[in-house]
This record gives sequence, structure tokens and C-alpha cells, in this order.
Amino acid sequence: MDKSEKFALGLSGLLLITFFVAILYASVAKNIQVPTCITDVEPFTTDTLFQVGEDEYELHMIARMWAFQPSTVTLPAGSTLHMYVTSQDIIHGFKIENKNVNLMAVPNSINYMSVTFDEPGEYFFACHEFCGAAHHAMAGRIHITEDDEVEATGGDL
Amino acid sequence: MNQYVMKIDKSSQYLMAVLLIIPMIMLVIGVYGGLMQTLFRAGIVQSDPFMGPDYYKGLTMHGVLNAIVFTTFFAVAFGNAVIPYALKMAMNMTWAWVSGILMLFGSLMAGIMIYIGEATVLYTFYPPMKAHPLFYIGLTLLVVGSWIGFFNWIPMYLRWRKENPGRKIPLSVVGIFVTFIVWLIATSAVAFEILFMLLPWSMGLVDEINVMLARTLFWFFGHPLVYFWLLPAYVMYYSYMSELAGGKLYSDGAGRLVFYLFIIFSIPVGTHHQYMDPSIGAEWKLLHGFFTFAVTLPSLITAFTLAASLEYAGRKRGGKGLFGWMFKLPYFEKDRWLFSYLITGLIIFIFGGISGIVNASYQMNTAVHNTAWVPGHFHLTVAGPVLLAFMGMSLYLLGKYLNKEVKMKGLSLSVPYIWMIGVFIFSWGMMRGGLIGMPRRTNTGPTYANPDSVLFQPEWISYIDISVVGGVIMTLSILIYAVVFFATVFSKKREGEPELTFPVSEAYHNEEVSWLRNFKPWIIVAIILIVIAYTPVILDVLGSTYGGSPRFDPNNPIPY
Ligand code: HEM
Ligand SMILES: [Cu+2]
Ligand SMILES: [Cu+2]
Repeated sequence: MDKSEKFALGLSGLLLITFFVAILYASVAKNIQVPTCITDVEPFTTDTLFQVGEDEYELHMIARMWAFQPSTVTLPAGSTLHMYVTSQDIIHGFKIENKNVNLMAVPNSINYMSVTFDEPGEYFFACHEFCGAAHHAMAGRIHITEDDEVEATGGDL
Repeated sequence: MNQYVMKIDKSSQYLMAVLLIIPMIMLVIGVYGGLMQTLFRAGIVQSDPFMGPDYYKGLTMHGVLNAIVFTTFFAVAFGNAVIPYALKMAMNMTWAWVSGILMLFGSLMAGIMIYIGEATVLYTFYPPMKAHPLFYIGLTLLVVGSWIGFFNWIPMYLRWRKENPGRKIPLSVVGIFVTFIVWLIATSAVAFEILFMLLPWSMGLVDEINVMLARTLFWFFGHPLVYFWLLPAYVMYYSYMSELAGGKLYSDGAGRLVFYLFIIFSIPVGTHHQYMDPSIGAEWKLLHGFFTFAVTLPSLITAFTLAASLEYAGRKRGGKGLFGWMFKLPYFEKDRWLFSYLITGLIIFIFGGISGIVNASYQMNTAVHNTAWVPGHFHLTVAGPVLLAFMGMSLYLLGKYLNKEVKMKGLSLSVPYIWMIGVFIFSWGMMRGGLIGMPRRTNTGPTYANPDSVLFQPEWISYIDISVVGGVIMTLSILIYAVVFFATVFSKKREGEPELTFPVSEAYHNEEVSWLRNFKPWIIVAIILIVIAYTPVILDVLGSTYGGSPRFDPNNPIPY
């Protein structure tokens, strides 16, 4: 190896270490996580939404061909939502617009992520894993309101 | 430099013609599918005159033909040329034909199943969506055919080592062998998935399948698959590009190191495709993320070594100053047309590589996973450097093996540049759309891009339209290429017997590195890393999935 090669190699190594440290910083110091759920309970078969604390809600969502249950969720601004997601049939997935929530819904497994909605507004989500003929019509919305409404509705949008 | 010249016999000639021409037809069909997808997505068409109204059937065809069939055929064809040439040894043609025929047969079988609508499962074929058993069998035959192609080269390699003690194995041979070592390890997982899980389940011999396990095995294969695509292009960059540019390879040792690093880091990284999956612990996702960064190291070394080689060539051709050499390279020289296929690919790959690091970055994957960003990214890799290197080399080999002059060299020179412009526009549209949440694998036409639908997403429209513009330009490039390719196929033969030469580069630094001589230690390290990386993942999957899934037809929510 000549001098310039050593320099370039060192720089590349440094670059990658920087990236990796940034990832560790984001997960440890900023607590930005990827979904994980190693459960020891069988996946739920009905969808529910209930309050678990002040401003905290738990949602059990079921994805199926070709709708999310529930497909519309209404919550007050400032709520933290603990989302548990499974699928009733094949693989689905979704990402919530403008939010760091991206989950695969896999049958016989439960996926989990929690998210806080501070800004009122409408948050759209669409199924992003091919799930058959009407995959492109499988979507839903989370409404974040200024008042204290809480509601989970639908199956079909 | 005087290059070795190898005589080409009749049997190799015919086999090469089959291995080059058939996948080229498949590529053209596949690319047509790509154009249709952009039109479907924008709502410009609702049905394809050949494939019908089912967007996802076309998408399956596009993924399987372009990314699996075309690439695998080319890798084997390229090896069939490089190995006998570099080792100066005849190849066993019987096994070479067996390999080719199995691949052909398997691809046709899978292609027909897709065409008749019995395998609308996309190229990832995730259960519990079920395809016809013949689709899985077809893919298996394709893979087995490629294995036989590889096994056919091993005795040649061993004989060469015996006859040439102490000599370095030619760099191109190292590259091809690494390509296929990675392929062999990776495909063993998907072979397991198909033979022991998907096939018996799709035939009705067993009723249930573990979806997460199948998915995990698929990605054990799925990530190294992308290196299987990339490595033959790397062989061309390292072994031929410097000579084509009129210079030397900056460092032979760097090339070897890069190839060997790919053996160890290509595979224990697959879970980075499953960052958003359930049933796999975050710590193991992070470990795979770490190894993924390790595998970008050989690509960074490559960036340096190739840039240094090109700088050497540029300076030799009269380039002055810090950047002057960049303007002296043979970008538009008719008799070095192959160079333009390689250099454009490298330029595209800068952006493919950067967007790939974004995908790999653990939490950051949340922002892009399964959005249109992802196809935006990989058209800058597999449909960038990989595609262009493969197209350039296919044309090169076609001329040599069929003993024909490559026709319309000027036109052929325009192909990679038009493609580069098209793919940049296309990918920009897809990636920007993805960042605001536009999903991949989705026919946006009837719903999200339709002003009459309750699901209409006005912000996505401009990005969808940009991808149409890019897609049209890309298609144009492929059409020009097809004209050149088939004009060459049907042109008159040259005088004399067919002969093969490659523009093999000399090395500027040709160091002797004793630990870069043998595959074995690297394979052992690879296996150790795979066991470390995958044991906990598989245990997590088995421990936190409950029961299996029955068979589903993509058009019916009721299982059968
Ligand atoms: C004119 C040229 C092309 C166009 C317009 C095009 C267009 C597209 C589009 C729009 C998608 C995304 C569809 C979706 O996610 O809904 C896609 C997916 C894909 N393309 Fe291309 N493409 C072209 C060429 C290629 C080439 C040459 C390759 C590989 C060598 C390739 C490999 C793929 C793969 C692997 C997918 C993913 C399929 C899947 O998600 O199942 N494409 N293409
Ligand atoms: Cu879907
Ligand atoms: Cu990957």
C-alpha cells in the first residue's frame, strides 16, 4: 500500500465509524428505535383501542386483504399511541405519513412501535407491501384533533 | 500490451450465442414491463396489451426477468468466457451445455407460470401468497443450472494451481470465483426455503408455512444476491477498464482484497432488509447493520482504486492539474465504446451507493423502507452499473464469439449516456416521492393518483409523472441498444476464425500479498460470521411466531 492508499483507507474507515456512532447515538441517546416485538402471547384476533394512561393509548390493529382494522383512528393532540399490529392473512405493511412509523404486518407475529402525535391534523397511511389484487386501495388515516375525541372506526375506508 | 488470443470452438460459440441472445430478449420484455409500470402508476394506461390489466403480474415479470434471469444468465456466460481465457484452458462443454439448458428450461417454466397468471407473487415470492409449484421448480432449475456452470470451472482452477505453483491467480478469475462462492452460499438458503417449505406447501403436501422463517431465509439470499449482480461488473472494472482507458490498474492487491472481503461480509447482513419486521430482536438487527457498514468498505476501496487508475490514464493522455485528467478519458471514442458503458455505470453508482448507505442506516430505514425510494435506489445500482456493464460486455462477447464486427458503434456509444440521463430522472422522481410516503410495489393509477378517488394524494402526482419521463428515456436507450445488438447478430461474419481477447489491464502496483492467495480461510471466516449473525435471528423467529399460514391466492382473501 502506498501513502495515498493508506490515507484513503483510513478516511473510509473513519467515515463508516462516524456513521455507526451516529446510529448508536440515535438509538441510545435519542431513543429512536426500530420496531421489535418478541412476544410470548398469541396474536390477537380482534382490533381494539383503549386508554392506558393520561395521553396514552394502546391500539391493536389487524391488517387483512384489503383493509386495516381500524382504518380511521381519532385521538387528541399530544397522545402517545402504542401500536400493536398483526395480519389476519398475508403480509402487509404501512408507514404513517410525516411520522417515523414503518411496520410490517406479518401473520402469526405481532409488531410494535410507539409514536407521539403533537401536531393536530390528518396522518395518512397506505399499505406498502404487495398483498394481492386490491393492494393499492388499502389505506387509512389517523386524525389528531384539538379536542378530546377518541375513536377507532372502519375496516373499509 | 499484447493480449493473449484464444481460439473459439463451434460448441462454445453456439452456447455463448444462446446464453447472450435469449436473456437479451428477456431483458427487452422485462424493460417493456418497466415502462408499462410507470404508465400504470400515472394512470395513463389501465391495461397492458400483452400482460393484461394486472399491474402486479407485469411487476412480477419485470422483477424476475430483469433482476434474476438476465443477471444469472449473464454471470454464467461471462464466467464461461473469462475462466477458459484467463486460465488458458479448454472448458468441459458437456457440463457447460447442461448448465445452460437447465437455466433456459427453468427460466421458461417460471416465465410461463407468471405469464398465465399462476405466479403473481413478485420476485420475492413471500408466502403465504402462493404460486404454482412449477414457478418454484423453474427458479430452482435456473439456480441449479448456474451452480453446474460454476462447478464446471472448479477442476480447471485446481489444475491451474497445480501446474502454476507460486503464481498469482489472474484477478478476473478471483473475481468470478468470489461471485459464485457468494452465490452458492446464498442460494443454499433459498434452495432450502423452496425445497423444504414452499414446494411441499404449494403442492398441498403440508398445510402450513412459517411466514417469518421463509422471509428470513429469503433475505439470507436476497442481500448477497445484489453482490452477485455487482461482482461481475467489478471484474470488468478491475480487470479491463484501466486498459480500455489507456492506463493501468492502480493496485492489484486492492482488487484482490476487495473480492475477498465480499466473501466474508456479503451474507451476514440480510436482516437489514427486515429492520421493520416483527419477531427479530433489535440488537440482532443492529449487528446486521454493523456488518452492512463493513461491506461498504470494499466499495469505498474500489472507488479509490478505480479513480486512481482513471487518473493515471487521464494523465498519460495529457490531463493536467488536479482535475484535468477527468476530461481526457475516452468517453466518446468509437473504438473504445465499451469504456463508456463502464464509466457511466460508475457515475450512476456514486448515487446508488449513497442511497444504499441511507437504507442501511438502521433507524433511518424507517423513513424509506418499502417506499418508492427503494426502487429509486436500486435502479441506480442493478439498473445502473450492473445493467450497463452487462449490456456492454454482452455486445463485446457477441462480436467475439459470433465473429462479427459490432455494428453502429456510434449509436451504441449513445446508449449508456441516454440511460444515465433517464435513470437519474426516473430515480429522482421515485426517491422524492418515497420520502413523502409514496409506497413501492403499488399501482397508484386507480387510487392515489386518481383525482376521482377518495384516496387521491395530490402531492405525489408530480413525482409519479417525473418517473414516467425517466422511464420513457430509459426505454428509448434500451431500444437503441436492441437495434445495435440484433443488427450485430444478423450481420455478416468477419473473415477468419472466431477468437477471444479481453483488454486485460496491467497493474501499476503489483504487490505480492501472501494472505490474498487462497479462498479457503475467507470462506471459513464467512461461515463463522454467518453462524454468529444468523443463529440468534433464527432463534428469535422460531420463538416468537405462532403457528403457520395456509395458502392464499393473491386475488382472494379466503385461504384454500
Ligand atoms: C425502462 C426501464 C425500466 C423502467 C421504466 C423501470 C420501472 C420500474 C418501476 C416503476 C418499478 C417499481 C414498481 C413498483 O414498485 O410498483 C420497478 C421495479 C423494479 N425494477 Fe425496474 N424499470 C426499468 C428497468 C429495470 C432493469 C433494467 C432492472 C434490472 C436489471 C430493473 C429491476 C427492477 C426490480 C428488481 C424491481 C422491483 C420489483 C418488485 O418490487 O417486485 N428494472 N421498475
Ligand atoms: Cu398491501
Ligand atoms: Cu441488502
